[in-house]
Amino acid sequence: MLQDYTYVGLMTVIALIFPIIPVALAKILSPKKPSPIKNDIYECGLETIGDSWIQFRVQYYLYALLFVVFDVETVFLFPWAVSYGVLGWFALIETFIFVAILLLGLAYAWRKGALEWV
Amino acid sequence: MDIPLLVFLALAVVTVIGALGTVLMRNIVHSALFLIVSFVGVAGIYVLLEADFLFAIQILIYVGAVATLILFGVMLTRGVRGEQPQLNNQFLPAAIMAILLFVVVLVPVILNSIWPSSTQPAPTATTALLGQELMGTYALPFEVAGVLLLIALVGAIIVAREH
Amino acid sequence: MDAINNLFPNLSAALDSLLRRFLPGTVVDIVMMLVSIVTILLLLPVVFLIMTYLERKIVARIQDRWGPNRAGPWGILQPFADMIKMFTKEDIVPAKADKIIHFLAPVIVAALPFIAFTVIPFGRGMIGRDLNIGILFIVAVTSPAAIGILMAGWGSNNKYSLLGGMRAVAQLVSYEVPMGLSILVIVMLAGSLSMQKIVEAQSGPGNLGIGWFIFAIPVGPIAFFTYFFSAVAETNRAPFDIPEGESEIVAGYHTEYTGMKFGLFQMGEYVSVFGQSCIVTTLFFGGWQGPLLPPYVWFFLKAFAVVFVFMWLRGTLPRLRVDELMGFAWKFMVPLSLANIFLTGILIRLVQIIS
Repeated sequence: MLQDYTYVGLMTVIALIFPIIPVALAKILSPKKPSPIKNDIYECGLETIGDSWIQFRVQYYLYALLFVVFDVETVFLFPWAVSYGVLGWFALIETFIFVAILLLGLAYAWRKGALEWV
Repeated sequence: MDIPLLVFLALAVVTVIGALGTVLMRNIVHSALFLIVSFVGVAGIYVLLEADFLFAIQILIYVGAVATLILFGVMLTRGVRGEQPQLNNQFLPAAIMAILLFVVVLVPVILNSIWPSSTQPAPTATTALLGQELMGTYALPFEVAGVLLLIALVGAIIVAREH
Repeated sequence: MDAINNLFPNLSAALDSLLRRFLPGTVVDIVMMLVSIVTILLLLPVVFLIMTYLERKIVARIQDRWGPNRAGPWGILQPFADMIKMFTKEDIVPAKADKIIHFLAPVIVAALPFIAFTVIPFGRGMIGRDLNIGILFIVAVTSPAAIGILMAGWGSNNKYSLLGGMRAVAQLVSYEVPMGLSILVIVMLAGSLSMQKIVEAQSGPGNLGIGWFIFAIPVGPIAFFTYFFSAVAETNRAPFDIPEGESEIVAGYHTEYTGMKFGLFQMGEYVSVFGQSCIVTTLFFGGWQGPLLPPYVWFFLKAFAVVFVFMWLRGTLPRLRVDELMGFAWKFMVPLSLANIFLTGILIRLVQIIS
């Protein structure tokens, strides 16, 4: 197994370096004429109004949180799915209870309007 | 030239640099990114332990989900005007004392405790075995984990909806 | 016949035994790994160029126009023209942008889909490494793309970019859940996470008698539906392309990117689309299996058929509104995938009891 992951490690390192080569090549080949107007921040062709901040919307955070909870649920279900062939009915019921608990959470979020995009 | 040892040292260095970066960076977004480096270092250490399933879920959950959550929180609150936290050092002596105390207690505990280690080779079908254990011996913690996640979800929604 | 079918594994074995005569064992292992990695990494940009051409031609034909036809006969040299353009555009970094983050974001977004190709089975015996956690590895490795996008949005010091980045990540994250849940159905049917085992469970010696998993009525088609549309949403393709919605938010999180860095975002997107197509063929359409033709030819034919469907959707369907998008994910896809998993569980048990 460690040999497999040596491959993965090498692949990761090389894949991370790989996109840098075209960028470096482009830096050599492209013109470099910076000017204040070019480096300005784009705002539909007008001058930027105010600093670059955005309104705090709790909605984004709630989606990320829902994602964490359901991602952890998916992760718990993976070992169950792999060994499903050798497990009994008890395992199915157990998992059903687990998923039902989390579906309760989803239903609560739905009722409270946490799934709406404001 | 023990390759696994060298790889472990490299990963340990990466993890510690990530941890140091998290606490020492001035810009909080940079701190969050160094935390991600730390997570990746730990994922590498899981691979060395032949825990491939844990490696995958470390990347999936910590880097994919938790780090995103942290970055959302940081970027959304950082974007609001005038709320830069003040970084002052008045508690520095007390902090150093606390850390030294912690180290003095922890290091002897680590060095003197007996770490259980197995002489059997690590299993390759880790995920299947995990599934069987989770459904069998650890069924109750499995369900409790579900309840814990539910509590976290409901709590966060209640707190968030008060806005 | 057999020689053509096993062409690449035979070439690789020949190279391996050739090297072993000169070099010590571990060095040969590393060299063979590097050969494999470099092959994959060189194949993918070629696929990317082909896809850019196909996309423009296909979408154009759907819209009843010619598409590129100036650069070379039928516009075949268009991708090369685009490549030259990307290399020679000036790299403008916005003022007060965080330079390191601005630079790293496209690198991460472009590199992650490449890493996923470690476990894609291109043919019989043609896989980077058949990891035990195969499909889970792919899901895990493609999830940090959200971080890359957030970095791009933040590093541009532009409120449109930041907003675009947040919306893109909210979408990405919402559709990752149904994707993972759909894969669970396939994993239950195949009994393994390993990609080669999933392919072999669909026909050949290890098969389950179902044939390709998409024919496993009723759970197969439902899983295919949820997985495919989640994949379209994950890769920010129409009709889920709000993050790139040209008329709405300029160009979202890659507004402030020029030249090659923008090229990297494009490459990341197209390689992701190809990656998702490869995964769909492996999970649902039997991977490299098929009569007469060599396995790797079948694989590419099937993968490009799925790529064609991606492009077909883009040319045909209007863009979904952002609240429709999110509602669709959480209120429809997630409960459907969960129900599908239980249906699969019950059906497998019943089949086991009957036989």
